[in-house]
Amino acid sequence: MTLLAVERIKLFTTRSPIWCTLAALAVTIGFAALVAGVDNENPATIASSQFGYGFGLVVIMVMATLAITTEYRFGTIRATFQAVPNRISALLAKTTVVAGFAALVGLVTAFGSVAITKAIKSNADLAINTAFEWRATAGTGLVYAAAAIIAVAVGILIRHSAGAVSLVLIYSQLVESLIALIPKVGDDIQKWMPFYVANRFLTGDPDVTSRAVAEGPPASVTPLSPWGAAAYFVGFALVLLAIALFTANKRDA
Amino acid sequence: MIEAVGLSKRYGKTVAVDDLSFTVQAGRVTGFLGPNGAGKSTTMRMILGLDAPSAGSVRIDGKRYRELHQPLRTVGALLDAKWVHPNRSARAHLRWLAKSNRLPSKRVDEVLETVGLTGVANRRAGGFSLGMSQRLGIAAALLGDPQVLLFDEPVNGLDPEGILWIRRFMHRLADEGRTVFVSSHLLSEMALTAQELVVIGRGKLIAQCSTEEFVAQATENTVTVRSPQLALMRSALDEQGAGVREDKDGLVVSGMEMAEIGELAAAKGVVLHELSQQRGSLEEAFIQLTGDSVEYHAMGVDADPIAEAQTTGSTDLQPAGK
Repeated sequence: MTLLAVERIKLFTTRSPIWCTLAALAVTIGFAALVAGVDNENPATIASSQFGYGFGLVVIMVMATLAITTEYRFGTIRATFQAVPNRISALLAKTTVVAGFAALVGLVTAFGSVAITKAIKSNADLAINTAFEWRATAGTGLVYAAAAIIAVAVGILIRHSAGAVSLVLIYSQLVESLIALIPKVGDDIQKWMPFYVANRFLTGDPDVTSRAVAEGPPASVTPLSPWGAAAYFVGFALVLLAIALFTANKRDA
Repeated sequence: MIEAVGLSKRYGKTVAVDDLSFTVQAGRVTGFLGPNGAGKSTTMRMILGLDAPSAGSVRIDGKRYRELHQPLRTVGALLDAKWVHPNRSARAHLRWLAKSNRLPSKRVDEVLETVGLTGVANRRAGGFSLGMSQRLGIAAALLGDPQVLLFDEPVNGLDPEGILWIRRFMHRLADEGRTVFVSSHLLSEMALTAQELVVIGRGKLIAQCSTEEFVAQATENTVTVRSPQLALMRSALDEQGAGVREDKDGLVVSGMEMAEIGELAAAKGVVLHELSQQRGSLEEAFIQLTGDSVEYHAMGVDADPIAEAQTTGSTDLQPAGK
């Protein structure tokens, strides 16, 4: 608990988490407002309110990456290891705090998006009552948390802000979509890529009444069930974290 | 007490620290002297468990650093004053450090008071001058009221007032019975700050002795005299009360200026074959091992290092960085 408090103090005594959070809220909720305001042909649904989750995800991953790379950049990681020689505990505490905060931001963006859609289209049915609707909203918290773990792990491994942020962004935003362009095998590879799979958790198995194909983020065709997809994504994040912790424990700080 | 035994660190083919053994006693300020790049910082990082030694070990009161429970209560260290997030306030920086070792938050205010930063505690550390950053680093080192303190080049880049403050501060810490280990690349600075010295060059131990002893040897000026009439010369020198010892085919004279010896020889009508100034052998060994021309200059070979430090105040002849 002590170490969690330490990392909480560290995270909230610098400005970048605050700015990143505001940016994440602005892009997701703003996008939901845009969709609700512009699209008059399709009825507003829970799915259509969540179009912007990917944008918020990007911002939160940048925040999570910077939370660790700035420690390397400014040498505070050495001060940390000096105060807490058990590096695995220290880094686990940081990961927990950052992922927990990301989850919170994820929930606020998801429910905030629903709220703003409701405010704009007051007669739309935006009650959250099916399993799909719960995953599409509350599930965002889980996806943000796991994505933050991935970002922290990459940050620990790369240590440089620019390099780690570029890798996280290029991979999640470009590599996973472009890989589908490889002839023959591209689509099959893409089905198993972590962020693509995570999308399955949020958008898979829609209930017909609440989601037409044109509404909501494009669905994933991964053969996993939504919860299988969640386990796959979280598992990927934890494996990456384990590699990062092992590396940080071995090498010179 | 800090005890290093056969401490070594290799980076690929480069040997940064080579089979280093030394002890640092409590109640004294021990200087860690060596030119830039001699392996001082690497050694300090190994003491703190940040870098793993390639061979050997270093223990603090018999324990490896990574075995210490709440280490800030045992060892305080200032390795780099810039190891602070620039957007975090001085107080917030100390607050998370205190929390990590379950130190009461009133300790934060106490150490801020000790180093005189209370007035700027809520300002972002990125805006601090080097002197203020050093004070913040010292405050961090003092948080856990540790018995062992490590400082890496604490006076680097400080103004004379800051240097004096740090010097007095270290003495106070040692007088309280603490172990104080402070590195520097300046013999002149160490002559004033440290009572004991651990001297290294290129990662190897050159000397471990009292500062008095080291300075006496390092700055001893002797004059070599060669003459076909050595016996006559010797008795003349003895009359003058100079220290004389025989060396190979000449005399080594201490406690007398070269010019005086020349005049004495002329007065006695002694033929001289050689009259030359010699530096202390320990310093020669030091320079030879370090092989750094800038360092050689900074050592102040020709001038009295103590007087030089006192008159100039700032002894930082090196460009920034370590």
